[in-house]
Amino acid sequence: MSQSWTRIWAMTKKELRDYRRNRFVVLTMAVMPLVFTVAPMVQLFAVKITTTSPAFNARIGLSLLYMLIIPAIVPSSLSAYSVVGEREQGTLEPVLITPLSSQEFLFGKALAALLPTIAISYAVFGIFLAAAATFAQPAVATAIFSGSHIWIQLLFTPLLAGWSILVGIAISTRSADVRTAQQLSVLASLPPLAVVALITFNVIHASRGITIGLAVALLVIDRFGWRAVAAMFDRERLVTGRRG
Amino acid sequence: MTRPFDEGTVVAIAHGEGGSQASAGRKVDGPALAVEHLTKRFGNRAAYSDVSFEIGYGEVFGFLGPNGAGKTTTVRTLGTLIAPTSGSARVAGLALTVANGAAIRRRISIMPESPGLYTRLTVEENLECFAGLYGLSDARERIRRALGSVNLLERSQDLCGALSKGLRQRVALARALLNDPEVLFLDEPTSGLDPVAAREVHELITAMRSRGVTIFLTTHRLEEAERLCDRVAILNTTLRMIGRPDELRTELFARTLEVRTKAPLGNPGALFAGLSGVKSWSDAGGAAYRLEVTDPEVAAPGVTRALVAAGADVLSIAESRHSLEDVYLELVGEEEKAGRA
Repeated sequence: MSQSWTRIWAMTKKELRDYRRNRFVVLTMAVMPLVFTVAPMVQLFAVKITTTSPAFNARIGLSLLYMLIIPAIVPSSLSAYSVVGEREQGTLEPVLITPLSSQEFLFGKALAALLPTIAISYAVFGIFLAAAATFAQPAVATAIFSGSHIWIQLLFTPLLAGWSILVGIAISTRSADVRTAQQLSVLASLPPLAVVALITFNVIHASRGITIGLAVALLVIDRFGWRAVAAMFDRERLVTGRRG
Repeated sequence: MTRPFDEGTVVAIAHGEGGSQASAGRKVDGPALAVEHLTKRFGNRAAYSDVSFEIGYGEVFGFLGPNGAGKTTTVRTLGTLIAPTSGSARVAGLALTVANGAAIRRRISIMPESPGLYTRLTVEENLECFAGLYGLSDARERIRRALGSVNLLERSQDLCGALSKGLRQRVALARALLNDPEVLFLDEPTSGLDPVAAREVHELITAMRSRGVTIFLTTHRLEEAERLCDRVAILNTTLRMIGRPDELRTELFARTLEVRTKAPLGNPGALFAGLSGVKSWSDAGGAAYRLEVTDPEVAAPGVTRALVAAGADVLSIAESRHSLEDVYLELVGEEEKAGRA
C-alpha cells in the first residue's frame, strides 16, 4: 500500500499540537537542552587550558558530547509515549479504525518526534558555536571550529535522534504502561551515543572512514529498523491486549 | 484467516479518498453486512462463535447481549481491527480479508464505547485530525456538517478535555460521521447521555437510515433497540435469536389475552373451553384470566360475547404485550443468573 502524506501529516500535526499543550513535553523540550548547553559552556569557558594539555581535547570532546545527548534523549520520551500513550488514553482504537496504515501511523509519530528534536538540537548547537566564537578563549574556539567537530555534530544529530525514536516506538508498541516505556527507551537510546563518545574522546581514532562507517551503520539501522517496528505493531494485540 | 488486518493492497473501489457515496442515495447491490459462521477465539476461550447474519443497506440492526457476550469483539472484527479465527464476512460490499482492510475502513465508521478523544485538542482539531486520516479533501465542510448534525457547532473551539461525558460522546459521533460511511457501527452511543441528548442521537440515527446508511447498533438499552431497530440479534457468545422485535416476541411467547372482570367467574373452565381460537386459559388471580390464543384479533370478539352472555361485567380484554426486555431476559437472563451463581 502506498503511503499517503496527507494521513502521515495529519498524525504528525496532531502530535505537534498535543506536545505544545502538554506541560511535561514542553518542560522536557526546554529544560533538557538548557542543562546540556549551559553546563558544558560554563565548564569550557571558565577553565584555563593550554592547547597542549591532554585535558584540553577531552574537555572539548565532553562539551560537544553534551550536545549529542540532546538528540538522543529528548525524542526518547516522546516516542516511548507514542503508542502506549494512545492506548492508555483510549485514542488508539478510533485512529486504527481509519484507513491509516501501521507504517503511516508510525511514520507520523516518528516525524512528530524528529522535527522538534532536530530543530532544538541544531538551535542549541548554533547557540553553542556563537557563544564559543564570542566568549571562549581563542584556542578553544579554534579547536571547536577546526577539525571534524562541526560536521560530526550535524551528521550524528539526526542519526542519533532516528535511533532513539526507532527504539522508543518499538518499546512503546510492546509496553503495557507509559512509565516503563519511557524508562526503557531512555536506556535504549544510549548505546550509539557511547560509540560516538568513544570517537569524541579518541578511544576510537576518529578517522573519516570510521566516522562515516558508523554514520552509515546508523543510517541503515534507522532506515530498515522501521520494518521490524512495523512488524511489531500488532493491531489486534494493541486493541484487545491479547492475541487470538 | 488468523492474520491481523494490518496492511494490504487497497483494492480498486469506486470511492475516492473522501469516503463513500452509498449514503448519498446510491443504489447498492447485495447486503451491507453478510456474516457467515464467524468465530473468534482467544486461546481456548470463544469471544463469539458461529455467528451468521445479513443486514441490508439502510437497515438499523440492533446487537444485544450481556457484558462479555462478544458484541464489541464482533464489531472490532467487522471493523477490521481483529481477525476472525474462522468464518467469512462481507462488509460494505467487500470481503473481510487482510488485503481489503484499509478499503473497508474507508467505507465504514465505528463509534467505540469510549469516545477516545484527544483531550488537549479542541473539538475542531480532533475532527481535523480524523478528516486528515481519512484523506478528506473537503474537510472544513465535512467538519461543519458533522458538528451541525450533533449540535456542537458552537463548541468547536472548546478543548475536548473540558467537555462533559455527554458532549464528548457527541463529538465522537460527529467524528464517526466525517467520512460519510456506508455502514456505521455504534457501540453504546447513548451511554452517559441525558434523555434530551439521547433523543437527539435517536433522531440522528433515524435520519442516517433515511439516507441509506446501515446502522449496526450495540446497546444495553432495550427500549432504544425496540424503538430504533428494524431487526435485532441477541448474542451470548453464540447468536441466540435474530429477527424483528415483534417476530421474536411471537416466536418466544404464546399470544395471550388478558381478561379482567368485575367479579370472579363462576365456572371459567366451562366458559373458555369451547371458544374458537382459545388454546388454554389460566387464572391470573382475583378476577383476571390469561387466555392463550392463536390470534388475539380473532379470539377477542368471541371471548367478549361469551363473557357478556354469561352475565359477567367485563372490565377489560387486551392482548398482553411482551417487551423486547422480556425476550432478552427469556433468552439470556437465566443463563446470566446461572453464570453468576
